[in-house]
Amino acid sequence: MSQAVVAEHEFGLEPAESPLTPESWGKLGMWIFLAADAMSFGGLLAGYGALRYGDPTWPRPSEILGIQLTAFMTFLLICSSVTMVEALAAIRAGDQAGLRKFLTLTIFGGLTFLSLQSYEWTKLIVHEGQSVSKNNFGATFFILTGFHGCHVFGGVTYLSAVLGRAVRGVSGAIIVAVTAVVGAIGMLWITSHMFNAFVGIGAALVVAGIVYAVTNALAAPGREVYDAHDNSEVEIAALYWHFVDLIWILVFTFVYLI
Amino acid sequence: MAVHTAEQLAHEHRRYLQVFVWLTVLTALELGVIKMPISGFAIGSMLVLLAGTKAALVALFYMHLSVEKRTLAYIALTPAVLCVFLVFMLLPDLGAITRALTHASPPPAAGEAHH
Repeated sequence: MSQAVVAEHEFGLEPAESPLTPESWGKLGMWIFLAADAMSFGGLLAGYGALRYGDPTWPRPSEILGIQLTAFMTFLLICSSVTMVEALAAIRAGDQAGLRKFLTLTIFGGLTFLSLQSYEWTKLIVHEGQSVSKNNFGATFFILTGFHGCHVFGGVTYLSAVLGRAVRGVSGAIIVAVTAVVGAIGMLWITSHMFNAFVGIGAALVVAGIVYAVTNALAAPGREVYDAHDNSEVEIAALYWHFVDLIWILVFTFVYLI
Repeated sequence: MAVHTAEQLAHEHRRYLQVFVWLTVLTALELGVIKMPISGFAIGSMLVLLAGTKAALVALFYMHLSVEKRTLAYIALTPAVLCVFLVFMLLPDLGAITRALTHASPPPAAGEAHH
């Protein structure tokens, strides 16, 4: 009888393995979450297409939006996906320093993406007079890219928590807190131009995220949290980050190029 | 959790870099396609094809769907199928939403017409 079956039989514990994802139930849970999240984005993109089709006043996106800048942002997210898979590959090889290095690079890529998005939004709102309430273009553009930006922000916080657990202790907590604060300031700055309700929600989420992440990092046990045998948390976080990249690939094409 | 051998890790590393190169090349192709002197429909079709290829590369190799159990692929495909269904459901209304919004604004009042 395997250890998992014995544990379930004697102590009423849930087996650690699932028939769908032998590594962890968490991975299955993340896939189901991502499927639901993909439907949210699918609904938004379908709504965007329905509103855009047949609207003679719809502006040419390339004339309003900076294609070069967003192409660079796309490249940046692709690079961050590479650093994320390298982080997972590093810990699978038992390389703790590699995990920390590539996770840090991924977080840096996410923060740079958010900074560039804030620059783009500021340019559009302040200098070109676009807003979410001006026309259908503004409404769909800001909601789609804003929803995705919230996902990037969530991903940065999530990866910071993983990095904090990888570093452990006070140093880990400081890394998590600093990253979360920088991300929070960026997000509040982005949204403060137009979405007052979003600012409040964002601030609440940020505070909750910081408290969770710092507590998580401080509570990490003395030994290494991740190693070559136990790295499913890193893999699950990577799934989320790649999903954010995948969605941006679609948003970039449908909103900026077509 | 299965432990990966050094050969497996080296193979995965090469694969990740190959996918990265393909993603970069396809993004550059997208930027080239929008400047081609062809019809908008042809440009749109090519862009959708390129974006679909890029998304599939990320899902298959970075999210490891190519080596996961088939059930996970079904979970991943479900939203895509439902979104295609949603698009078909919206087809009869295409343009109608815009027309309704365009013509829904009330005519100006008599006093305002002189201003």
